[in-house]
Amino acid sequence: MSYVQGATGEWEVVIGLEVHAQVVSQAKLFSGAATVFGSEPNSQVSLVDAAFPGMLPVINRVCIEQAVRTGLGLKAQINLFSVFDRKNYFYADLPAGYQISQFTQPIVGHGEIILDLPDGSTRTVGITRLHLEQDAGKSLHDQHPSKTYVDLNRAGVALMEIVSEPDMRTAEEAAAYLRKLRAILRYLGSCDGNMEEGSMRADVNVSVRRPGGPLGTRTETKNVNSIRYVQQAIEFEVERQIEVLEGGGTIKQETRLWDTVKHVTRSMRSKEEAHDYRYFPDPDLLPLQLDQGWVDAIAATLPELPDDKKARFQEQYKLSLYDAGVLVADQASADYYEAVARGRDPKLAANWVIVELFGALNRLGKDIADSPVSADKLGGLIDLIVDNTISGRIAKDVFLAMLETGKSAADLVEERGLRQVTDTGAIDQAIDQVLAANPDKLAEYKAGKEKLFGFFIGQIMKMTQGKANPALVNELLTRKLQA
Amino acid sequence: MSLDKATVAKIAHLARIKVPEADQDHLAQELSAILAFVAQLDEVDTEGVAPMTSVVEHALRWRDDVIDDGGNVERVVSNAPEQVAGFYVVPKVVE
Repeated sequence: MSYVQGATGEWEVVIGLEVHAQVVSQAKLFSGAATVFGSEPNSQVSLVDAAFPGMLPVINRVCIEQAVRTGLGLKAQINLFSVFDRKNYFYADLPAGYQISQFTQPIVGHGEIILDLPDGSTRTVGITRLHLEQDAGKSLHDQHPSKTYVDLNRAGVALMEIVSEPDMRTAEEAAAYLRKLRAILRYLGSCDGNMEEGSMRADVNVSVRRPGGPLGTRTETKNVNSIRYVQQAIEFEVERQIEVLEGGGTIKQETRLWDTVKHVTRSMRSKEEAHDYRYFPDPDLLPLQLDQGWVDAIAATLPELPDDKKARFQEQYKLSLYDAGVLVADQASADYYEAVARGRDPKLAANWVIVELFGALNRLGKDIADSPVSADKLGGLIDLIVDNTISGRIAKDVFLAMLETGKSAADLVEERGLRQVTDTGAIDQAIDQVLAANPDKLAEYKAGKEKLFGFFIGQIMKMTQGKANPALVNELLTRKLQA
Repeated sequence: MSLDKATVAKIAHLARIKVPEADQDHLAQELSAILAFVAQLDEVDTEGVAPMTSVVEHALRWRDDVIDDGGNVERVVSNAPEQVAGFYVVPKVVE
């Protein structure tokens, strides 16, 4: 257990997260308006979303399916009977004056997420519940000095609110939780996990206590939209709360927001009174009843999820926990790796994908989906190494050329004459030339300075433009020097 | 259950209904009487009975995930007191 050292002793941090994940669907939760991000203001609004009088909500089948899929992916209990409630509050971007949500009877109950921590260990975090609700509209405050502009395109889009147990103890664990949740959502296809566009946002609950003591009062920092900000907000809150408590003060239970410019959390005064939401069952909607057979049919279509895939990669390809973890972090990487590994040495394939390919994509700022080198072509390169057409060192140059040109390894090797020299006559000739050109070094070597062996190897490789088979050079040079 | 004046003021505020202080006592009495009337239901033994959510024996209707609405900016903002470039315009509400 990692505690935070304060001025008066150790503190334990308790963190719970509420994640709002936008459901992947064509239309909104209760209307037929589109959900696409970035359209003209109010162009994707039905009169239901704008809360015109007399308009009634009708629930979208796919949104229910996505919530159930997600619940199954979180190994959670699916509630065959759930109820929609009205959560009442006033805000300019909430036209009805209430949000349709689920309160006492959510569609998904208790589940869990297994965190993969940087040291290779794992830790299980409980999921309290998942419920369906409507998103609100978007308020723009920077368009006019005294006015707010409201766009309702997002109003009524389906969200899954996924609530964790207060099971996390460090900012790193919170980050690992968000990464894992995002991976699971993306594998399931129920949320695109794009935090920049706001399709995944986190409310961060933080409190501190003396190790083993009673829970402290928590604060909730709302709508944090990147994993890095979540970590920073937690670190700031922990420091702030410890300072307040050690100074003899008390923590006020309140809603705060993360200031992305000043990197501080601050109190949202307006929210203080708004906590009286006066939930009641929405009279416009009957309870949501699911058939167990329908749920089972969805369960049968779930993809292999990251934890299972990781276990299989370790088992089937004999990969290390770390390599398997990196490869399954997103489905596209895992699929790419499996295409490269098919019929090839799985460890060599893992090395090329993780070290060379991921390294290159990182430098280029590209996603695996738009990798300039396809899995097929990377496989072709590995084949050339394995059958000794090129050395591992030349292969790295060929790979760089593949990144630039998109050509196949075989074509590049042919075009640039990079085929490995395995002709002993040619290598012998190169060795003779190098030894003849460096009589002083040869004399030193013979006098006992054996580390010059490496120098000779380097010169020979240089003379053959790296194309000589390194094992052969080694063997022939040894023989010649011993002669 | 009876409501006091302060509760009436709070409910009125949450509902954004302006209730002058002079009317609050009277309203507290009226609301208390309504609550007392409804409270007769508490006399019924509901042990083990699931809450009733509807009086009709219908199942919730589901729609298919099809875009069949939207693209109607003018109608949507037609009743707004103020609009600019398709946006609703309201007095500044910002933290």
